[in-house]
Amino acid sequence: MNDYLLHLADTSLILSHRNSEWCGHGPVLEQDIAITNIALDLLGQARYFYQYAARLTGNTDEDKLAFLRHEREFKNLLITELPKGDWAHTVLRQYLFSQFQFFQFEKLQHHSDKELAAIAAKSLKETAYHLRWSREWVIRLGDGTEESHRRMLAALDTLWPYTHEMFRPADYELACEVNVAELEQPWKEAMAYVFQEANLPIPQHTWFQYGGKTGYHTEYLGYILAEMQYMQRAYPGATW
Amino acid sequence: MVSVTNTRADNYYNEKKDVLLILEKIYDPEIPVLTITEMGIVRDIRFHSDNSLEIVITPTYSGCPAMDVITFQIREALISAGYSDVKITQQLSPAWTTDEISESGKQKLKAYGIAPPDRRFSPPADGVECPLCHSANTKLISEFGSTACKALFQCLDCKEPFDYFKCH
Ligand SMILES: [Zn+2]
Repeated sequence: MNDYLLHLADTSLILSHRNSEWCGHGPVLEQDIAITNIALDLLGQARYFYQYAARLTGNTDEDKLAFLRHEREFKNLLITELPKGDWAHTVLRQYLFSQFQFFQFEKLQHHSDKELAAIAAKSLKETAYHLRWSREWVIRLGDGTEESHRRMLAALDTLWPYTHEMFRPADYELACEVNVAELEQPWKEAMAYVFQEANLPIPQHTWFQYGGKTGYHTEYLGYILAEMQYMQRAYPGATW
Repeated sequence: MVSVTNTRADNYYNEKKDVLLILEKIYDPEIPVLTITEMGIVRDIRFHSDNSLEIVITPTYSGCPAMDVITFQIREALISAGYSDVKITQQLSPAWTTDEISESGKQKLKAYGIAPPDRRFSPPADGVECPLCHSANTKLISEFGSTACKALFQCLDCKEPFDYFKCH
């Protein structure tokens, strides 16, 4: 259970961090606010999962879990750690992930573990916003100008190999009776509908990258952690 | 015997009421016209046999930074009122919804210039009544506003921008 909670927490935390990089750099003020609001929601989710994990194991807390674990101990999905790229990369990643997270929390809200179910039910309401917002952007850019369409195709090319990791269960997911594999079909159907609206092709690659769930990361995660964990490591126990 | 039990029950009720009176004076840091009780954030007041007092609150939005401030404010207010052992716990389930905002709270929001949550506009869409001139000729600018709970609108009649408290 602990590993599964850390996987959920790390995934939300790292994507939150990536989205927060847009703060002050969004294409227009309203969208800058939107993406940082999403970052804040994801950070809130991460805190629930870390707090619960800390309560279960004892002798630790949410800050230690976020700031004092090493790269190989992080269990986030690889797709969340990829650089934010241009706006097309950011909104497409958010869509691919939120569409998955929506189905995931929809299931989890009925999980036999009451605390996990409560976190999922709470977070689902926010994920519904993220999904609607990112879906609109995917359609707007995919079915937009020649330039925006070209950028969406490039983003799709980069992100696609990292999508299947969401649906390949880790041992700790199976141990918690969570079957992510069964979310793949509804995810594909929802995506096919949005991609049709967005005038985007569904990639036919069959090669996918895995590893994040078990601690094998891309070269990007180390840099995120270096930035995020610097304070606590340089000044252990520092508080505001 | 019956009267003793009743007295105890009365005391318990009165003590709770005392605490509630204190909580009713704490304002939400991000929407300073609403108290935390009008927001529906306070779920329970519990006196424990070890003389500690537990306040159960529920978060509005998951990452809302106001929750930490509210926790601090509750502790401060109760300690200055003489409650020495105060514990504040979070309850996630059932998840908070905007239906928990009291009717008086909704009226205060409107008077403050924020359009109150309205199930007819969930998700937010054009037509939310302008809190300034009451026109329904309004346009959604962005589903995300200055805080997690608000969406940004513009009134096409009086031309003023305004916040809409989203249904949640
Ligand atoms: Zn108006």
